[in-house]
Amino acid sequence: MSCVIDVKDLHFKYYNQEILNNINIKVEKGSFVSILGPNGSGKTTLLKNICNFLKPNNGTICIKDKEVFKYKNKELAKNVAVVHQNNDVNFDFSIYDIVLMGRLPYQKKFKSESKKDHEIVKKNMKKTEIWKFKDKSIHEISGGERQRVMIARALSQQPDILLLDEPISALDIKHQMSILSLCKDLVKDKDISIITTLHDINLAARFSDLIILLDSGEIKSFDIPKKVLTAENIESVYGVKVDLYLKDKNIPYIIPKAI
Amino acid sequence: MKSKRFIFIVILLISLFSLILISTTLGTVKIPIKNVLKIILYKLNLDIDISNIKASDIFIVTNIRLPRIILASLVGAILSLVGTSYQAIFKNPMADPYVMGASSGAAFGATLAISIGIGSGILGFGVTNLLAFISAMLTTVIVYNLAKVGSKISTTSILLAGIVMTAFLSSIISLMMIFNHEELGKIVTWTMGSFNGANWNQIILVTIPVLIGLIVILSFSKEMNAFVLGEENAQSLGVNIELMKKTILVISSFLAACAVSVSGIIGFVGLIVPHLFRLIFGSNHKILLPVSVLGGAIFLLICDTLARTILNGIEIPVGIITSIFGGPFFLYLLKRSKKNKLI
Ligand SMILES: Nc1ncnc2c1ncn2[C@@H]1O[C@H](COP(=O)(O)OP(=O)(O)O)[C@@H](O)[C@H]1O
Ligand SMILES: [Mg+2]
Repeated sequence: MSCVIDVKDLHFKYYNQEILNNINIKVEKGSFVSILGPNGSGKTTLLKNICNFLKPNNGTICIKDKEVFKYKNKELAKNVAVVHQNNDVNFDFSIYDIVLMGRLPYQKKFKSESKKDHEIVKKNMKKTEIWKFKDKSIHEISGGERQRVMIARALSQQPDILLLDEPISALDIKHQMSILSLCKDLVKDKDISIITTLHDINLAARFSDLIILLDSGEIKSFDIPKKVLTAENIESVYGVKVDLYLKDKNIPYIIPKAI
Repeated sequence: MKSKRFIFIVILLISLFSLILISTTLGTVKIPIKNVLKIILYKLNLDIDISNIKASDIFIVTNIRLPRIILASLVGAILSLVGTSYQAIFKNPMADPYVMGASSGAAFGATLAISIGIGSGILGFGVTNLLAFISAMLTTVIVYNLAKVGSKISTTSILLAGIVMTAFLSSIISLMMIFNHEELGKIVTWTMGSFNGANWNQIILVTIPVLIGLIVILSFSKEMNAFVLGEENAQSLGVNIELMKKTILVISSFLAACAVSVSGIIGFVGLIVPHLFRLIFGSNHKILLPVSVLGGAIFLLICDTLARTILNGIEIPVGIITSIFGGPFFLYLLKRSKKNKLI
């Protein structure tokens, strides 16, 4: 079995409050997994546990059959790249310098970047279509472009697993589509696995191989979109009544009806 | 871009050495630059004939001016290095070398020494300096521990604890000043900063920590870049953030204590020099750290030269000069940075 991520019986508490409760997730190589759930349901907390930024109170998290806390920092960064939600930058960097930071796990102290580092950065900036901005300051580009910069940086880590926290929440519909299409391409041709939190149920249905539906820190359902996104599930988790349709007999899409 | 940065570092280095020479010629006694050069080369054990230079000039250059100029440059370099590091660790471009209470701690130690009336020193490092150093270190350690939660440190708590400690110590200093009217002048002068009375022993004592600190902090420059984009980001890039924070905080506060104990409180250097270079180069610490170090040395050297030459025969505390020039300049930068959204 090629499980790149294996979460077993995960429990997490902030102080004394139970935030994640008995989470079990297996993600296979090359899949696109979305985490859906209302605000405060624990999506970000789950991602931060998977990338070892937060330590679980109970349970185990394995990345490629090795427990996540057993990785050395740099070793983990070569396997798992994360685009966190909060990317407010108070300091001034060129976009190129920011993407180049993705090579940090491969670099030694005092050594400057190798030719290979620069090649990888260039390739990923072209793939994410930000090469034309390379000398601009991070303050001089739009939110959608900034999200691409952060993805380019994550890709420059050459990870097997890419974690994204609400990568499209602040973007217009075109940029939402383009970021998700980019992710889909990555999954298809690079054997990267992606776990991303999303708020747009319809886009999640359309792009995901699997969906995790979180409800107050528990997994309500974890399956293919058609099985997760039922009117009952959505009403019970979000408290919203919806009309549900199937596109091409397979992809559910919803229209909210009433609270 | 890389070569441009390199050229800039070379230019700063050349400027620093030229300014050291020029500043050595200036003072109540004007000494020609040719003689200054000769004396320096002679002291570096080169075979130079200085028999035609006045003995008093040789004494002034080697025992008074050069130590003072070099000490001022070193302290400028430290303050600027510490300022840049703190600004990164606190992710706050307004942090200066004294945020952890080094200044008020040092002032407290110095005031104590002056009030009790112990002054004479060991190795040219007076008891006043020593007490200032110990007290600055103690204050920083207290602030650090106040802000520690378990094994982690919260940078916001450090800033707050620093402010509280500073306010607390300032009141105690004021109280001690009330009870020691006779020594008021001495205390105030020390507090405002001066390199009067610099000597080679102080330089030796300061140089070693500076070099070690500089190398360690420079070794973190890539990690600092990742860090200022957020702790989560840095961790995802493989940075051991707790180790990095602790290392840089410990080294920086040690350096700040060294600087403030030999020179008194000199404001603005550690704030405006890093800012100036941020405006030029952005926040990439690989370049920002080395240019700030050199720029800080140059800035404080110029300010101290003004402090001892601007009024004939009267010495102005250098802290006053840095504030008079630094204040308006800083406001100008602030205005500009708001316009350009650059911090
Ligand atoms: N740093 C924190 N300290 C304490 N509680 C937190 C912290 N961060 C998040 N929480 C709590 O954890 C719960 C889940 O938060 P989060 O994972 O951010 O939700 P989501 O990303 O799904 O909106 C929320 O109830 C939130 O209040
Ligand atoms: Mg969230």
